[in-house]
Amino acid sequence: MTRVMAGAGSEIRIAMRNRWVAIAVAMMALFALVLSAAGSAPTGQIGADKLSVTVASLTSLAVYLVPLLALLMSFDAVAGEIERGTLPLILTYPVSRGEILAGKFLAHLAVLGIALLAGYGVAAVAAFAFDPGAAAGLPALVRLLLSSLLLGAAFLGAGYAVSAVSRRPGAAAGAAIGLWLVFVVLYDLGLLAAVVADGGGAFTTGVFPWLLLANPADAFRLYNLAASEAAGAAAGVAGAAQTIPPALALSLLLVWAAGGFALALLAFRRVRP
Amino acid sequence: MLTCSRVTRTFGAVEALRDVSLSVAEGERVALLGHNGAGKSTLMKTILALIPATSGEIRVAGAAPGDRAAREATAYLPENAAFHPALTGREQIALYLRLRGEPASKAGSLLERVGLEQAADRRIGTYSKGMRQRVGLAQALIGRPRLMVLDEPTSGLDPVSRREFYAILADLARDGTAILLSSHALTEVEARTDRIAILSKGRLVANDTLANLRREAGLPIHIQVAARPETVGDVARRLDGTRVNGVRVDLTCAHGDKLSRLGQIAGLGGMIEDVEVIPPSLEDLYTHFSRRADQ
Ligand SMILES: Nc1ncnc2c1ncn2[C@@H]1O[C@H](COP(=O)(O)OP(=O)(O)OP(=O)(O)O)[C@@H](O)[C@H]1O
Ligand SMILES: [Mg+2]
Repeated sequence: MTRVMAGAGSEIRIAMRNRWVAIAVAMMALFALVLSAAGSAPTGQIGADKLSVTVASLTSLAVYLVPLLALLMSFDAVAGEIERGTLPLILTYPVSRGEILAGKFLAHLAVLGIALLAGYGVAAVAAFAFDPGAAAGLPALVRLLLSSLLLGAAFLGAGYAVSAVSRRPGAAAGAAIGLWLVFVVLYDLGLLAAVVADGGGAFTTGVFPWLLLANPADAFRLYNLAASEAAGAAAGVAGAAQTIPPALALSLLLVWAAGGFALALLAFRRVRP
Repeated sequence: MLTCSRVTRTFGAVEALRDVSLSVAEGERVALLGHNGAGKSTLMKTILALIPATSGEIRVAGAAPGDRAAREATAYLPENAAFHPALTGREQIALYLRLRGEPASKAGSLLERVGLEQAADRRIGTYSKGMRQRVGLAQALIGRPRLMVLDEPTSGLDPVSRREFYAILADLARDGTAILLSSHALTEVEARTDRIAILSKGRLVANDTLANLRREAGLPIHIQVAARPETVGDVARRLDGTRVNGVRVDLTCAHGDKLSRLGQIAGLGGMIEDVEVIPPSLEDLYTHFSRRADQ
């Protein structure tokens, strides 16, 4: 454990020197501010407090930003060490590859956590400023924060795996962008097209909700929508959110986070320096 | 401390190591020599389990390479040691210390030992090549390793630091550390290691002390006789040597004839001014053993 913490400390220091912490915090805070300034969520639920509405719009923001931040931080993790030539030496030390990876993981998760706290904190402060009853939305905000971390963890793991498989930072960056496009953008577009083509048939009611769970970004969206009173915009997702209990969506998110790390470790173990 | 028996490693059609058997005992310093691409780095990497051997067996401190016990006992300095440019020397060494379960506070004294105390709090990205090499040396000194594997440790070091480096190695060897180091600087390893191993195209072509290698090679010894301008012709004739200039005569002789030749020279008495005996250098031996392997 001391070895994991040693690695994590060093990675956090590197993240600060490389301005990663500053960039991530600025990005999250800026987007949260813009969302708050824009006023209300697109749905503008009657009766919902201001914070719950903000959380709903933050959710649709986090689905894009959190995976992006996680992939940006992780794609260089293994490929960068190979490129710099720092990997062989560290592998001769009495540390396991799992410990090396866990150190990076903890550090990057901490950076992500700081950025999320800053962003969501800004949004919460803004909500409280306009609506004294915003406290009703606090549980939703906490749920959003925790599930965002899980979503980030899943994509950190995926980023490490891509990094280890690609071996070169350039290739890893390309693969990370591809991963983001597929999981965050194309997957949903594909499902949407299928739902439209199906026209409310067996696919839409039977298969579609489960396909949503097969993608961590959708599991995240589903969990926050299902758990929240301010239901989301997309009718399809809202419908699915009624079929799938929030606890299931959350446990799948956990599985994704753990699975991402396991995948990363598997890929890292195969790397020959 | 380290034994390699019949280690072979192939990369596709390239036989980087072939049947290499080599051992290093406690307190012994072994220099690993060989041309570019001879397999020195490959041998070191197999010892550290960075690449597996195709066949053969390696034991490090009684364990298989890559085992926890082996890794705890071994320090490694890779060829072209690299570090994260955003960390300072002190932070980098502190990380390595903690990975070996040592307190990070020892970083200062380690950096001082390799002469980096002034630059300890500057980023490694701003270091010169020799300074980076010293960071590599500092990390190799962590926690009294029982085996040190150093791949071209003095490359990039200035002459004074080289001498200091070999002084550190001598201290470690005295305390029982087994040291395997590779080098292309033959003159410096000649006097400062206990045994010489020469790799040529992946095969071990020599592995013995310098004195034994000299005897085995049987290379001629050079004797330079300094005469005076009026006697030099006579001296060359009587000794059957080659006159190289107005005062000097050169002779070569086999190892066994050395004393009788010197007797002859001494017999000339006042005709000569001085005499110098030059044994075959490590460079000569290196060329001899590498060539012999080619035939
Ligand atoms: N990963 C690899 N893939 C393919 N061939 C390799 C690999 N590593 C080493 N080789 C080959 O193995 C041989 C030995 O290489 P090695 O690096 O051990 O040489 P060396 O003795 O350290 O040389 P130098 O003095 O230049 O450092 C070379 O022919 C090299 O091309
Ligand atoms: Mg080499």
